[in-house]
Amino acid sequence: MKKPEKYCTHCGERVNSNTIALKEKLFCCEGCKTVFEILNDNNLSTYYTNNTGFSPKKNKKYAFLSEQSIQEKLIDFKDENVTIIHLNIPKIHCSSCIWLLEHLYKIEEDIQSTRVNFSTKKLRIVYDHSKINLEQVVKLLARIGYEPRISMIDIEKSSTKKDLTLSYKIGIAGFCFGNVMLLSFPGYFQMDRFIFKDFHSFFGYLNFAFAIPSLFYSGFLYLESAWKGLRTKYINIDVPIALGMIVLFARSTFEVFSGFGEGYFDSLTGLVFFLLIGKYFQNLTYKSLSFERDYRSYFPLSAIRIKDKKEENISLNEIQNDDIILIRNQEIIPADSILIKGKATIDNSFVTGESKAINKKIGDTIYAGGRQIGEAITLKVIKTVSQSYLTQLWNHKTFSKKTSSIKSITDKISKNFTIAILSIATISAIYWWFEKPELAINVFTAVLIIACPCAIALSAPFSLGNTLRIFGRQKLYLKNTEVIEQMAEIDHIVFDKTGTITKTNSEAVEFIGDELSFEEKKAIFALVRNSYHPLSKAIYKTFSTCEGSEISNYKEISGKGIEGKILGNHFLLGSKSFLGVEDKHKEEQTQVWLKINQKIRGHFVFKNNYRPGLSTLIRQLKDYHLSLLSGDNSGESTTLSKWFNQESLYFNKSPKDKLNFIDTYQKENHHTIMMIGDGLNDAGALKQANIGIAVSEDVTHFSPACDGILEAGQLNKLPHFIQLAKQSLIIIRISFFISLLYNVTGLFFAVQGLLSPLIAAIIMPLSSISVIIFVSLSTNFLARKKFK
Amino acid sequence: MGVLYILVVISLILAIGFLLTFIWFIKSGQMEDDYTPSIRILFENNTNQKKNKL
Repeated sequence: MKKPEKYCTHCGERVNSNTIALKEKLFCCEGCKTVFEILNDNNLSTYYTNNTGFSPKKNKKYAFLSEQSIQEKLIDFKDENVTIIHLNIPKIHCSSCIWLLEHLYKIEEDIQSTRVNFSTKKLRIVYDHSKINLEQVVKLLARIGYEPRISMIDIEKSSTKKDLTLSYKIGIAGFCFGNVMLLSFPGYFQMDRFIFKDFHSFFGYLNFAFAIPSLFYSGFLYLESAWKGLRTKYINIDVPIALGMIVLFARSTFEVFSGFGEGYFDSLTGLVFFLLIGKYFQNLTYKSLSFERDYRSYFPLSAIRIKDKKEENISLNEIQNDDIILIRNQEIIPADSILIKGKATIDNSFVTGESKAINKKIGDTIYAGGRQIGEAITLKVIKTVSQSYLTQLWNHKTFSKKTSSIKSITDKISKNFTIAILSIATISAIYWWFEKPELAINVFTAVLIIACPCAIALSAPFSLGNTLRIFGRQKLYLKNTEVIEQMAEIDHIVFDKTGTITKTNSEAVEFIGDELSFEEKKAIFALVRNSYHPLSKAIYKTFSTCEGSEISNYKEISGKGIEGKILGNHFLLGSKSFLGVEDKHKEEQTQVWLKINQKIRGHFVFKNNYRPGLSTLIRQLKDYHLSLLSGDNSGESTTLSKWFNQESLYFNKSPKDKLNFIDTYQKENHHTIMMIGDGLNDAGALKQANIGIAVSEDVTHFSPACDGILEAGQLNKLPHFIQLAKQSLIIIRISFFISLLYNVTGLFFAVQGLLSPLIAAIIMPLSSISVIIFVSLSTNFLARKKFK
Repeated sequence: MGVLYILVVISLILAIGFLLTFIWFIKSGQMEDDYTPSIRILFENNTNQKKNKL
């Protein structure tokens, strides 16, 4: 009786593949496991001594944190007794994690207090730096399973305190709006004019007083944006809004101070408040992803420089040409360098997307972004980070993405709107000038007031913002709402092969030759588990159900193969040439040959493992022009032509080729292109495409140049995403139409000079609210239908 | 009805007081995290800690 799903014994959440187990009980995270143990043992320090095998003495991974310059950049606050620091801990995901992390002071006395911020996954630690240093704090965290992620971004911190000002503005706008509405009510009902007359002007002046902070503090960003737009002769959506606000304010002030009326301060403050709410809603959607990360967050934070026989930690910025640096196993190369000493096996999956490691000889150039697998190597830097190949690719001038060469839909409408309104206002004013002159100004300003672009300004953010959130829930994270507008316009989709339509690191391994016996499989397993070579890793994964046997005389010859002696038999596993095999076939697929006791036994062949549902996906996208670009060889051509047209398949493309391909199609065929890729190698192409989507297995690692991240398992939903994007735009158009109805109604009154504050106060908020409700409900409805 | 002047002014002062409280509470960072406090209340040790400190 096997349970299909595994649940954490403590918190009951589903447990994924990397389970943590204790005496046959499964846990989803260290926190839950710890809590369970504590409940059993009643003693927190018992857990501390049973550490998870992280040996602090040997591991110098966090040594760089002792560097004063690096510490200074990470620390928030420091005085004689305490240091306060914020660390980003991605593993926080449940309440047990919070429990454990906030009770760190019990495990380690020198940590005074800790506080978790769950939504940003940050931990604020207050510790006594005279008793414990930062490196030890971080090691402790790593030991209990909550390793902090420290990246370049944290070091060059720029605090994003912008959110706060918006909250202040909303608070003040709301405050003013509420009070003004309260004071305006008598004016609506015109109760007992006799009594009201006394307070008429008093309330009027009060309203004026409230309107000032509302307009000039809370509404300032609209005024500023409109002014900037006008200066560059560009009418954006904020121009009619700012115009309306100013006219509202001016006319109301005039009315109040001259005693003619109460003015329209209620509409003004209401307008400001609703607009700010719309903006807040928009920001909420962007908060979950921070797209400020640039490429440097991939690179190691610091490196070890060897100078005068001494090894010192230096930060990334300090690396200079001709420095000698030491790169250990699994570390990333920080700059273009030449290999001086050691066996370099470089995994360039960051750069080229291909996970097959490349062996480098002494004197070879190793490019930044590669990862060393194996022993520690010594390199001499020839090009520092800013000049490295990757940055060159990115600093290519085709990169500064032509943002909004397609104007967003609201800007297009706003221009026409403003012109239309101004013409109507002028025409009616002129008409009344001849009929009844005193009404002319009245009508002119009334038209400008009632013509509310607020619905236009609100419908796009609400609809697109909602769509953005819906996408996020379906694991497609887009950079901003403009991407959605672009999505509706694409006509050409370009796919990368490795990692995008294939699953990474699970290349299917097939053995060509007589079937291997169980003993042989065990032996091969024992052999490959010593090797870090990706092909060995793939074989290792295939045979992972075997137990290993004892192995002796293990030797790995880089670039060639591995050998060892198991149970008296000599095993040799490696490339064709290494084993001395003669095979006349053109090598299209990667092969690893096996020799047992000097006799050829057969070879392993590695097949790409395509994602399930790929054929359905391609079929649903048949209305688009599809292409496939790959850095790999054309071995997969026949398999791929099942789905793609033969002429749409392109192989052996370097990152630059991919970029040029997209550029050409954009310039010559005027295609709007969506590129779907996986890693840094596509970075240039992703940026060049109108939309660049990075497909990733782990959503916290992504290419910074892309416009969106798609979780690998959701690739099949791509047609649905595009359709929903198109539908969102249709909804926006409908809501424009609704707002048009309101405007026409309002104008009907305004043009006749019949616009009273009451009518304005009713129509303006009503139009905003109804548009918001309509837009939110319809996007949710459509989404539910699509993503049942 | 002259009392209305006074009443309005008083209520305004009260309202402004609340506004200032609002501004203060945003400044002190309470709005940054709205999930963790809900969990934190449920930790039993916190109250025990306080008792011990007394």
